[in-house]
Amino acid sequence: MDEDKKFVQEYEIRGWDFTRAGEASCEIKNLLKDIGVPQDIIRRVAIAAYEAEMNVVMYAQKGKMRCQIDPERIKIVLEDEGPGIDNIERAMRDGFSTATPEMREMGFGAGMGLPNMKRNSDKFYIVSDVGRGTKLEMLFEL
Amino acid sequence: MTLEEVREILKAELLTHNVNLSIEVCSACASDMMSDVLALTEPGALIITGLATTQTLRTMEIADAAAVVFVRGKRPDDDVIALADKKEIPLMSTEFCMHDACGLLFLRGLCGVTEQVKKLLNKNGRR
Repeated sequence: MDEDKKFVQEYEIRGWDFTRAGEASCEIKNLLKDIGVPQDIIRRVAIAAYEAEMNVVMYAQKGKMRCQIDPERIKIVLEDEGPGIDNIERAMRDGFSTATPEMREMGFGAGMGLPNMKRNSDKFYIVSDVGRGTKLEMLFEL
Repeated sequence: MTLEEVREILKAELLTHNVNLSIEVCSACASDMMSDVLALTEPGALIITGLATTQTLRTMEIADAAAVVFVRGKRPDDDVIALADKKEIPLMSTEFCMHDACGLLFLRGLCGVTEQVKKLLNKNGRR
């Protein structure tokens, strides 16, 4: 892929900042609208990015979300400095959650975040290092 | 069902004013958990929830929902309502509890996302 056909935007995410939580995903959604990405793909990207962003807000000290767009696909990459996930297989199950009551009061922690991300993306990769952080990569074909 | 009909059926207070209530809602999703809403909401759906925070507004925007009804008389803070007004997002508040609000809307033909139930409602000639 030619570098000049690639667009990259990066967003900082702060842990436990519920006032701004979701802003980055909304910005990505608006960006995709502006460049004319089909509505159904925008919705899938926005939902997956939002779930991932909320996970960083709820669990990590901070993180970065990168949105990379080229003519073939959209790639969303999230890297956080957080507690990590010790059992990814278990975390991927619908309904499994380690959320605190405070997180549930904010409407999150139903154990649907990671499954929602996987369901909405065409390809989903996750690696995690306990005590250091988690990296997610989601691809959406155009 | 239009948002105006939703408002009448639920005897709901309209919290935002710069909105179009002639919009049709295709289905509804009721939950206090935003991940459930993201997983189960169709574009153009109505969200029924007891969670009155900024995240409700953000979630409905992300999910392309048409409007939000807060149950048990809940209402978000004024700054959230002001933001929704600015974005022309319809927010309502009903005194009914979630189960009864859902029941009243279902009786009038507004279903969730389960295909079997949609077919059943269509078979019975409801909208």
